[in-house]
Amino acid sequence: MRCEDVAPLIAALVDCPEVPNITVQRHVETCLKCQAELARYQRMLRGLRDLRSRYVEPAPDLLDETLAALEHSRDHNPVRSILSSRRLAYAGAIGGTAVAAVLVARNRRRALSLAG
Amino acid sequence: MEQAELVGAAQEGDRQAFEELVRRTYVDTFTLACRLTGNQEDAGDVVQDAYLRAWRGIARFRGEAQFSTWLYRITANTAATHVHKRYRNRSEPLDDLNEPVELHPCAQPERAAESAELLDQLASAVAALPPKLRALVVLKDVYGLPHEEIADELGITVAAAKVRLHRARKRLRDVLYEQGEEAHAV
Repeated sequence: MRCEDVAPLIAALVDCPEVPNITVQRHVETCLKCQAELARYQRMLRGLRDLRSRYVEPAPDLLDETLAALEHSRDHNPVRSILSSRRLAYAGAIGGTAVAAVLVARNRRRALSLAG
Repeated sequence: MEQAELVGAAQEGDRQAFEELVRRTYVDTFTLACRLTGNQEDAGDVVQDAYLRAWRGIARFRGEAQFSTWLYRITANTAATHVHKRYRNRSEPLDDLNEPVELHPCAQPERAAESAELLDQLASAVAALPPKLRALVVLKDVYGLPHEEIADELGITVAAAKVRLHRARKRLRDVLYEQGEEAHAV
C-alpha cells in the first residue's frame, strides 16, 4: 500500500476506531511519513479540545441587554398578561357597577322629588 | 450559592437566582454562540434568545445532565435556528457558505496545551467552515457533546452527524496543514 492511498484513510483511523482498517494500520506502523500525518491529525483534535477553554470576550453591554430582555419577557409573560386582563375586567366591572349605582340613586331621588 | 441551588431556586420561579446563573455562564454561552454562528453580532442575539428559552424551560430541566450541558444544547438549537433564518433567503446552500471571521479570544496561556499559534489558526479555520459543518466540529470536538444529542438538537440523524463531522475535520486538516506546507514551500 502506498502513502498516497493511505493519506485519505488516516482520518478514519481516528474517527472510526470501531471499524479498524488493518491494512492501513500496518502501513502506518512502518511508515514515518504516514505516522507524521496521523500525529498532525491527532494534534488538530487536541487543539480543538483546547479551544473549549479559550473564551471569546463579549461586548460589555451584553449581560445588561440579556438581563433586560429577560425582564422584558416577564412584562410580556402570557400568564401575567392574562392576569392583567383579568384585573382590567374586574376593575371595569367594579367601575360599571358604581356608575350604575349612582344612576339608580339619582333616578330614585328624581322620582321621589317628583312624587313629593 | 452553589449552581445547583441556583438552578433549584430558578425552577421555583426565583428570577434573581436565574439572573445569577446568567451572570455566571454568559461568557461561556457567548463563546459557544460565537463559534457556532461565526460572528459576535449574531452570537449576542443567540445568547439572549437562548437564555429566554432556558428561563421558559427551566422547570423541565431534570438535572440528569449538568446545567451547562443543558444550556449548550439550548444554545446549539437556538444558533441552528438563527443561522438557518439568516441564510434562508440566500441562494447558496448552508453547506457551501464560507464566512471567515476574526474572533478575539481571551488569552488563557496557562490552560492551552497546544501552541497559541495553532489555536489561533484552528479558531479561524473553524469560523471559516460552512455553518452546518462548523456546528458539528464545535459541538463534538470542542464541547464534547455526544453524537446523539447533537443530532437531536440539529434535527439530523446520527449517521448524518457523523458524516458531517468527518467532512468538517477533513476540511480543517486541509486548511491547517496544506496552507502550512504551501507557506513552507514558499
